[in-house]
Amino acid sequence: MRTIAKSGAARGSLLRDPQARAWLFQIIAVITVVAIGWFLFHNTQANLAHRGINSGFGFLDNAAGFGISQHLIDYSESDSYGRVFWVGLLNTLLVSVIGIILATIIGFTLGVARLSPNWLIRQISTVYIEIFRNIPPLLLIFFVYFAVLSPLPGPRNSLSLWDIIFINNRSVQMPAPRAGEGFWVFWMALVLALIAIVLLNRWARARRHATGRPFPVFWISLVLFVGFPWLGSLLFGGPFLWEIPELQRFNIRGGWVVIPELVSIVLALSIYTAAFIGETVRAGIQSVSHGQTEAAASLGLRPGRVLRLVIVPQALRVIIPPLTSQYLNLAKNSSLAAAIGYPDMVSLFAGTVLNQTGQAIETMAITMSVYLAISISISLLMNWYNKRIALIER
Amino acid sequence: MTTHAFKPDLPAPSRSIGVVGWLRVNLFSSWLNTLLTLMGLYLIWLIVPPIIDWAIIKADWSGESRDDCSREGACWVFVQTRFSQFMYGFYPAELRWRVDAAAWLAVLGAAPLFFRRMPHRVRYGIAYLLLYPLLAYWLLHGGFFGLETVPTSRWGGLMLTIVIAAVGIAGALPLGILLALGRRSDMPAIRVLCVTFIEFWRGVPLITVLFMSSVMLPLFLPEQMNLDKLMRAMLMVIFFEAAYIAEVVRGGLQAIPRGQYEAAAAMGLGYWRSMILVILPQALKMVIPGIVNTFIALFKDTSLVIIIGLFDFLNSIKRATSDPAWLGMSTEGYVFAALVYWMFCFGMSRYSIHLERTLDTGHRT
Repeated sequence: MRTIAKSGAARGSLLRDPQARAWLFQIIAVITVVAIGWFLFHNTQANLAHRGINSGFGFLDNAAGFGISQHLIDYSESDSYGRVFWVGLLNTLLVSVIGIILATIIGFTLGVARLSPNWLIRQISTVYIEIFRNIPPLLLIFFVYFAVLSPLPGPRNSLSLWDIIFINNRSVQMPAPRAGEGFWVFWMALVLALIAIVLLNRWARARRHATGRPFPVFWISLVLFVGFPWLGSLLFGGPFLWEIPELQRFNIRGGWVVIPELVSIVLALSIYTAAFIGETVRAGIQSVSHGQTEAAASLGLRPGRVLRLVIVPQALRVIIPPLTSQYLNLAKNSSLAAAIGYPDMVSLFAGTVLNQTGQAIETMAITMSVYLAISISISLLMNWYNKRIALIER
Repeated sequence: MTTHAFKPDLPAPSRSIGVVGWLRVNLFSSWLNTLLTLMGLYLIWLIVPPIIDWAIIKADWSGESRDDCSREGACWVFVQTRFSQFMYGFYPAELRWRVDAAAWLAVLGAAPLFFRRMPHRVRYGIAYLLLYPLLAYWLLHGGFFGLETVPTSRWGGLMLTIVIAAVGIAGALPLGILLALGRRSDMPAIRVLCVTFIEFWRGVPLITVLFMSSVMLPLFLPEQMNLDKLMRAMLMVIFFEAAYIAEVVRGGLQAIPRGQYEAAAAMGLGYWRSMILVILPQALKMVIPGIVNTFIALFKDTSLVIIIGLFDFLNSIKRATSDPAWLGMSTEGYVFAALVYWMFCFGMSRYSIHLERTLDTGHRT
């Protein structure tokens, strides 16, 4: 504003002075917003009083009295609404984390495939991306839930994969790991391996800086990472006993029960988000100019090294910001779970709890602040990362 | 004296030209590539023939009821008999001509805008944008000038989806531009207000926003003010999308070189005139792909109104598949829905690419 209007401020009339006008505008804007806020607040007070709803967060301690089909922490009907909040939050995070991992794997594969020298692979990847990014994610969820999982046979005639994984219209049951004899040894070995890897990395980098000699850090790290726990379990017994689901007369017992809602939402969201991640990855790799590859090659680096030391670090700088926003989208889209009744944050809290207690403002405020907190913290993290990684130009 | 005569060029080796050459370069250049090609072919063979078999060859196309389908392939009879419901929802059958009329008016009215050489194109466009919404409201909702009222609770199907998307973009675009200008303003109060607004709406999922429209808005508004469900949802969609549009437009504003602002000021233009005449035309042109992408996202997001019980396209299909007379038709229903959504979204993305190319005047840096 000032940059443009500063020049010919005529003296005399205060209204023509850009400084004064700026103040005036701002005061008007603030007053308007405050007035609207007061208007809404006043209405809400009146409406609440009229309907006889008490505001406040006291209801969180009341017993919830409804069952939840999937809870990662102990939960029973006599637990409080506060407990329901944590169950919902964990379920939302579960979908987000599994979805992000799957979407990343599929998406990176797609992105690399779109740049493949192989024509057929390129076309397949393009078709996948063009199909799935132009379909609403909710439709995909419905499709997987109602058209793929629902028509499956009932528990008694479950489809089985090698007799250890059972799939039917009520659940997917997989072998579940239970702590075995060498459980603690296994984890300790893993931690030890990680420490060793970090130390090795430091040492190798210091040596490379000092002498220029490379060290096969990756392979040795891999050997450490796999070897330590393996040695541990060899000496002290296996870390896990696998509880394999068993087909009984009417249903399947044991194992890890995954509800179909979780399967459909995770599958649909990762298929959908992967299409976008694929495009992000492709754009990122293409942003590294060909000269970089040639320069690296002329320095005598082998193709694998060119990719690892020159292309990928530069491409990641372009890829990571949009990638995080895709992750954020996936986390926000996980709220679509409400449409098929997966017990996530929205369907539990903004759905069931709201209906039972009538505390619309409180439940919505809690739900929205959770998502706001997630997205604000991720974008802060992103800004920090961007600053750290930004090219330092002369 | 003999002059040196060039021999005619030999043709390129047959292995490097034509079909064979193309195959060698693109599909079988190395053993890894050959392996990938074979894997790709296997994948296609696994997926495509069964789909064609199901959707076309073994499908049933004509009939009246579920019994007319052999169930060996797709039963498109379902889509056929329910087609009008998918399109209009519960809009009274004898009044559906009004929806058709509104749609034709939209298409015919907008058609001249696509001819680049039409005289008074801008003026016509502005008039169209101002008049059409009123006309469409009159046709769809009615209630005056002799048309019977059709309450919004009876609207549905693809028509509702398009109405929400169109109202959403028409409202979100101006609001988003204002927010973007506000975010880049020199006045701290305005900036803070705009940033807060934008970040709030971008931080929450649309589902919670729609929930809010159905449970919180009635609390916020005075009791005598009774907005119906659709209006509340639209209001929220406009706010939600405006925040996204604002970020897109901000990108364009930031890309305009400082000299443009200074030149506009040097011409003696005030803030609004320099924005409208100089900055925004350039900035908006630059962000057309972003705006269209936001619009595509909005079009897909309209499907979420299912959560507050509106009968948009997806919801009418979901309802139809749970009809006892047509059980087991989920696949057909959702495939049809996917096809329709896909056509709209893909068409828009292609159009945006085309627009980007024709509007590119080479000023992009």
